[in-house]
Amino acid sequence: MSNVLTYEHAVEVRELVKRFGAFTAVDRLDFTVKRGEIFGFLGPNGAGKSTTIRMLCGLLLPTAGRGTVAGLDIIRESERIKTRIGYMSQKFSLYEDLTVEENIAFYGGIYGVSDARLAERKAWILEMANLADRRHSLTGELAVGWKQRLALGCAMVHEPEILFLDEPTGGVDPISRRNFWDLIFTVAGAGVTVMVTTHYMDEAEHCDRLAMIYGGKLIALGSPAELKAQYADAGQLLEIEADPLMRALDVLAEAVHDVAVFGTTLHAVVHAARGEAMVRTTLERAGVAVRRVEPIAPSLEDVFVRLIEQADRQREEAG
Amino acid sequence: MNWRRIGKLMKKELLQTLRDRRLLGVLFLAPVFQLFLFGYAVSTDVNHVATAVYDADRTAASRQLVERFMRSGYFDYRAALDHPAQIDHLLNTGKVQMVLHIPRGFANDLQRGRTAQVQSIMDGTDSTTAGIAAGYVEGVVRAYAAGISVERLVRARGVVSSVPGIDARLRVWYNPELKSVQFMVPGVLCMILLIITMMMTALAIVKEKEIGTLEQLIVTPITATELMLGKTLPFLLIGLVDLAAVLLVAAHVFHVAVAGSVLLLFAISILFLMTTLGLGIFISTISKTQHEATLTSFFFFLPFILLSGFMFPVENMPRVVQWITYAIPLRYFLEVIRGIFLKGNDLSVLWPHVLVLAAFGITIISVSAWRFQKRVG
Ligand SMILES: Nc1ncnc2c1ncn2[C@@H]1O[C@H](COP(=O)(O)OP(=O)(O)OP(=O)(O)O)[C@@H](O)[C@H]1O
Ligand SMILES: [Mg+2]
Repeated sequence: MSNVLTYEHAVEVRELVKRFGAFTAVDRLDFTVKRGEIFGFLGPNGAGKSTTIRMLCGLLLPTAGRGTVAGLDIIRESERIKTRIGYMSQKFSLYEDLTVEENIAFYGGIYGVSDARLAERKAWILEMANLADRRHSLTGELAVGWKQRLALGCAMVHEPEILFLDEPTGGVDPISRRNFWDLIFTVAGAGVTVMVTTHYMDEAEHCDRLAMIYGGKLIALGSPAELKAQYADAGQLLEIEADPLMRALDVLAEAVHDVAVFGTTLHAVVHAARGEAMVRTTLERAGVAVRRVEPIAPSLEDVFVRLIEQADRQREEAG
Repeated sequence: MNWRRIGKLMKKELLQTLRDRRLLGVLFLAPVFQLFLFGYAVSTDVNHVATAVYDADRTAASRQLVERFMRSGYFDYRAALDHPAQIDHLLNTGKVQMVLHIPRGFANDLQRGRTAQVQSIMDGTDSTTAGIAAGYVEGVVRAYAAGISVERLVRARGVVSSVPGIDARLRVWYNPELKSVQFMVPGVLCMILLIITMMMTALAIVKEKEIGTLEQLIVTPITATELMLGKTLPFLLIGLVDLAAVLLVAAHVFHVAVAGSVLLLFAISILFLMTTLGLGIFISTISKTQHEATLTSFFFFLPFILLSGFMFPVENMPRVVQWITYAIPLRYFLEVIRGIFLKGNDLSVLWPHVLVLAAFGITIISVSAWRFQKRVG
C-alpha cells in the first residue's frame, strides 16, 4: 500500500454530481475533510447527505465530478477504499437474530480480521460500547442506543482510518446521543477522521468543521465559530416575544431583512444601531403586543435557517 | 476468492436459519409433510371402479380376461350385460363407471396371432379417475397379452423377435402396481428442492436488502462472488439434507427405495440446484422486498409445476405446450430423478438430460451473477 498515511486530505470532493434520472440529488459539491477532524454534514431531509456519503463509500457511482477518500479515487479504487473506511448507514445494520458477539465476529470475519486480532478487537468494542455484560444477548433485544454503539463498533472492527457515520443518532434519547458523541470524541481522539451527518444543531456544534448542504448544494463551509461570525457580520440578532406571533412575523418581514420563527419566539436580524428600538416601534404601531426584545448571540440554527432562506430566495429570483 | 470469508457468511446464514423456528419448520418439516400429503391424502390411486362387463365373445379366453380384471383389485364386478343398448343407461345413471366390452371374435383373433380388441367405455365426468382407470385397463390387458404370447412362444419353441400386440413403451413395468406414491416421491423431491433453494435464497438476499445489512456488506471488501457463494451454499446444504430426509421417509414409510445409485441422485441434484439457486439470486436482483420476492418466486413456480410433467404428463399436452416444456429445467430433472428412482437408470441413459441440466445451470448462474452487481445503484 503505497499511500498508507501519505495522503493529504481524508476526503476531497470536486464538482461531485449525482443525478437520479432528471432529478439532481447532489449538485457540484466541493469540499475537503482534513485528516483527524470531525467533519459535520448538516442539511434538511433530502438535502443529499446520504447520497454524498454513499458515493464516497463506493455504494453509488457519481454522475460527474471526482473525489478521493484516503487519497484513493472513489470511482476507480473503491475496492481499496473499502478496507480503509468504516461506514454506519442511516438504518444502522446489524443482524437482530445474532448475539452482540456474533455480530462483531461476523463483521470481523468479513473484513478479514485475523482470529487473534479479532479477540482483541472484540474486547475493545465491548468495552468501548459498554456492552460486555450483554455480549450474549440477541441484538434485537437491545435498546436503540446500545444497538447504535454496537453498530459503530462493528463498523470499526477492522480499525479504519476514516469513519462515515450517516445520522448515527437518529431516533434516540438525548442521553444516548450524548453517550454516542462521547464515543465519537474518543475515536477522533485516537486519530480517526470522522465524517458525520446530522439534523441536530447541538451535534453540529461538536464538529470541528461543518458543511451545510441544501438541495444538493453546498451553502456554507467552516467551523461553527466561523459560521456564526459570518452571520454576525450581517447585523445584530434579536430574539422577540410578541403576541400574536404570526402577525408580528408578517409585520417584521416588511421591515427587516431576516426574520424567522424559533419555537415561540421570532429571530430577526437588524442593522446594529437603533435596531432594537425600530423593531419595538414597528410592532407596536401595528398593534402587536411586544413582550420582550433582546439581542442574542446567533446559534448554528440561526445561521442555517438564514442560509436556507437565502438559498430559497436566490432560487426564486433565478426562476 | 477468500474461503474464510465465505465460511463466515455461511456460518452466519446457518445460525440465523437454526434460530428461526418458523423457517426451520418450512425447511425440514414441510418436505416430509408434503410427502405424506401426496403419499396418502392426495393419493391418486383408484380402487373399486364399478364395472359392468359386456362379453360378446363368450369364450374361455374372454372369460379369462374378465377374471383377470376382477382379480386385479381395481375393478368391482357389478353387472353382466347381454345387449350393447344397456351400456348407455348404466353409465348415464352412474351405476357403473366403466363398461368392459369384449367383441365377438376376440379369442379367434388371439388364436391367429392377430391384434385382438378390447374396448373399455368410461364415464369421463371424473377425468382423473377415468384416466387412471384407463391406465389400469391397459395394464391388465397387456399383462394378459404378455401371458398369451409367452405361452405361445413356449409352445412353438421358436424365437420371435417381436411379440405382436405389445408395445414396450407402454408397459407398466416401472410401477407394476400402479401405485401413485411411487410416482409421487420423485416429484415431491423435485418440488422441495425447487421451493427451498430458489425461494429461500431469494428471500435471504432480499431480507438483507430490506434491513440494510446488504449495504453494510457492500462497503466491506467482500467480492460479489464471495457474497453470492456465501448466501447460496447454505441453501445448497439444506436442500441436500432435505433430499436425504425425503429419501429416508420414502424408504421407511412408503417402502419406496431408490432403484439406482443414490450417489448419482445427489450429484445430479447438485447440478439442478445450480439452476434453482441461480434463479433465487436472479429473483433477488429484481425484488426490493421479501413480499415481492415471494410473488416473483410463484411466477417461476407455476410453469415449473404445470409444465414439467410433475402434475400432468408431458405427452398429454398440446404440441405447442410440449415445445415450451423443453425450456423448463425441472422437466429434465424430473426425468432424471424418476429414471434413477424407479428404473435404476445410470448415466449411460441419463446423460442427455444431465447435459441439458448442466447447460441450464451454468447459463442461469452466469446471468444471475452478472446481474448481482456489488454497487447498489
Ligand atoms: N436511488 C434513488 N433514486 C431516486 N432518488 C433518490 C435515490 N436516492 C435518493 N434519492 C433522492 O435524492 C434526494 C437526496 O436523498 P438523500 O438520501 O441523499 O438525502 P439526505 O440528505 O440523506 O436526507 P435525510 O436526512 O432524509 O436522510 C432525495 O430527494 C431522495 O428522494
Ligand atoms: Mg440520509
